[in-house]
Amino acid sequence: MVSFTSQRLAVALAVALTVSIVAFLLLHLSGDLATAIAGPEATATQIAEIRHQFGLDRPLALQYLDWLWRALHFDFGNSFYYRDSVTSLLAVRMPVTMTLGAVSLTLSLVIAVPLGVLAAVYSGTIIDRLALGFCVLGQAVPAFCLGLGLIIVFAVQLRWLPVSGTASWKNYLLPSFALAWYAVPAVMRLSRNGMLEVLSSDYIRTARAKGLRPSVVILKHALRNAIIPVVALAAVQFGFMLGGSIVIEAVFNMQGLGYLAWEAIARNDFPVVQAVVLILALIYVALTFLADVANAFLDPRIRLA
Amino acid sequence: MKTSRFSLATLFAVVGIAAAPAAALAGKSNDTLVYASDSEPENVSPYHNNLREGVIIARHVFDNLIYRDPATGKYMPQLATSWTWVDPTTLDLTIRKGVTFHNGDPLTADDVVFTLNYVVSPQAKVVTKQNVDWIKSAEKIGNDKVRIHLVGPFPAAIEYLAGPVPIYPEKYFKKAGLDGFAKAPIGSGPYKITAVTPGKGVTMEKNKSYWQGSPLGQPTIGKLVFRVVPDAETRLAELMTGGVDWIWRVPKDQATQLKSAPNITVLSAETMRVGFLQFDALGRTPAAVPFKDARVRQAVSYAIDRKAMIDNLVGGSARIMNSACFIDQFGCTDKGVPRYDYNPAKAKELLKEAGYPNGFKTEIYAYREREYAEAVIGYLRAVGIDAHLNYLKYAAMRDANRAGKAPITFYTWGSFSVADASAFTGVWFKGNADDSSHDAEVQKLLKEADTSVDTNRRLKIYQEALKLIAEKAYLFPLFSYPANYAFTSDLAFTAQPDELPRFFRAHWK
Repeated sequence: MVSFTSQRLAVALAVALTVSIVAFLLLHLSGDLATAIAGPEATATQIAEIRHQFGLDRPLALQYLDWLWRALHFDFGNSFYYRDSVTSLLAVRMPVTMTLGAVSLTLSLVIAVPLGVLAAVYSGTIIDRLALGFCVLGQAVPAFCLGLGLIIVFAVQLRWLPVSGTASWKNYLLPSFALAWYAVPAVMRLSRNGMLEVLSSDYIRTARAKGLRPSVVILKHALRNAIIPVVALAAVQFGFMLGGSIVIEAVFNMQGLGYLAWEAIARNDFPVVQAVVLILALIYVALTFLADVANAFLDPRIRLA
Repeated sequence: MKTSRFSLATLFAVVGIAAAPAAALAGKSNDTLVYASDSEPENVSPYHNNLREGVIIARHVFDNLIYRDPATGKYMPQLATSWTWVDPTTLDLTIRKGVTFHNGDPLTADDVVFTLNYVVSPQAKVVTKQNVDWIKSAEKIGNDKVRIHLVGPFPAAIEYLAGPVPIYPEKYFKKAGLDGFAKAPIGSGPYKITAVTPGKGVTMEKNKSYWQGSPLGQPTIGKLVFRVVPDAETRLAELMTGGVDWIWRVPKDQATQLKSAPNITVLSAETMRVGFLQFDALGRTPAAVPFKDARVRQAVSYAIDRKAMIDNLVGGSARIMNSACFIDQFGCTDKGVPRYDYNPAKAKELLKEAGYPNGFKTEIYAYREREYAEAVIGYLRAVGIDAHLNYLKYAAMRDANRAGKAPITFYTWGSFSVADASAFTGVWFKGNADDSSHDAEVQKLLKEADTSVDTNRRLKIYQEALKLIAEKAYLFPLFSYPANYAFTSDLAFTAQPDELPRFFRAHWK
């Protein structure tokens, strides 16, 4: 287990390092940084001064190490657009996206796992078909379309929930649902397949033969084992949700990380883009690592293979 | 199982569910007017953004020296109780006593002198340069007397002082610096800013001790909230559900639909805003090289059917513009100015003459009304020009254009609500950062027109300059913008053509 974990950790670190190089280069490929910082009307002398002042005249590798060191201390410099540090922008935006992601993940698990189990238990019946149909729908409807549809029905027609913003917990319901909708098919399919596999295994037959009630067999014996891959998938889906919330945040006007990234791209605000890319990628790497380790812990076949 | 529960629990612990503050509700019952728009100023300091949303905030939070009555066009005392021209380049003003800033500091002649000298200093890096670059310096010549020295004669000075030249508090600004000021600006206007939240908007509160006798009148609505809602559908949905009370720039089709909605008032009015295409006549990028040729610029002008755009997309009270200004501005005229009526055959012919019989590939930049930009692209394609759209936020587009990266830019300009042609031509043709033609002859004419004290001569030279600009087709004016406002029927609101919603004049019914 230790060797497996350290192996995965090494891979994760390597990926993180690569991502940081890409993020760093992103800023430097975007054009002349000194000109950008100096603003459109700066003179050549002013630009040269800024180049020196910000250390942009040093070798690229040195600049990278310097940047990495500061990034490790959560210092991403200042936004070109807002007169504020990138870190303080992130501090405000991060909770919105995290909350959205967490609620969405919970919602998608609550919907998808029972649905997957049902589909497996009643495999081949109309219930299975319906669940699959639901899946296809989830995969086929684009997030922004679903988002606008939800706004029209629940906010404009029924007036149950607010349209946009992040003012109260109610504001999170519609966007979370729209985001969860997208993750449901994958989780559901995986729990269904896991259940099918487990249900046909010998120990389930034994459990049934002992005369245990079907609900006990399904929930206590089968689900526990079938759910293992879902744990890993959930972690990866969470990463997807954080990164994929851009559209949902824009439609629901939520000032989260995705929205910030989208605005920053349109504003050529590279320090912000860079920080968001780095942070989302790192979270993703961390989640994948956690998923690997959790899986290995749960399933000895993985760590011994 | 234990472990899987553990990992999920950790996830949630790491994540932490943010405690959401209670919603600030909009509407009459809360005495809070929430208005929504698509863009937010990069910096709330009025001299450091050139976005309409910033102009609106400026007019609510700051006072100007002079007030122009939008109904009569007459100039009235605001912070300056009187003013006199000593000579064409020297203006003396008497500053009102008893006005205080929102932090309680008194507004004095020193604040006026500081503001004017600060905004013309290079380290201020103002982005609204054209609004202040007629000022040379300001000095205090008595207890409440200020003298403004002009760079040269500039008859429109009063019009500018009545518009985009708000007065800052010297003491506070020096202490806070521009960065601090941007986060917590302080003015003397009818509303005071209580919070600036990047990405979300600005909240304002009625200035209960706003000075009596201001031509702006006393504000009645308790709180103003400016909310940034970039998506037009979301803005509409928010208005229909009472999440916001006031929206504008409602597209034609939505405005028609909204008219039948209960409790919502729709108001259409023409504005001073003019949409236009600016060409990089200097040809600073490979994609812009064709635009060095006047025939190509003329071809583009002939290729676009403005009437069809107005009829089908813009609607309302939009008018076709033929000159590089808003037709009702002083000095603006389209008499004797060449017109480019829709004529795709002529466009193709001109392209052929210019050596592009098969057209060419280029880039177009835009920041609002994407559908208008797309219509333009469609018209260009019909004559063989393949323009790729770069749709950016305003500041990014402006910077790209200033850096010479934009072959065609679809701009709109509201002249900072200044009713003088110089507020338009001065930005795009006088060699400032946004000038992409740098035509010496045009510059010379405009310089004379802007500084001539003889009214008739001014009008005549503006006409000459506008004629030349249109002949060379440096800028292709499209149309004036109609404004479609939609707001809760609880609100008494009137619109002015200068595109400046005056919420300090609005009240609940």
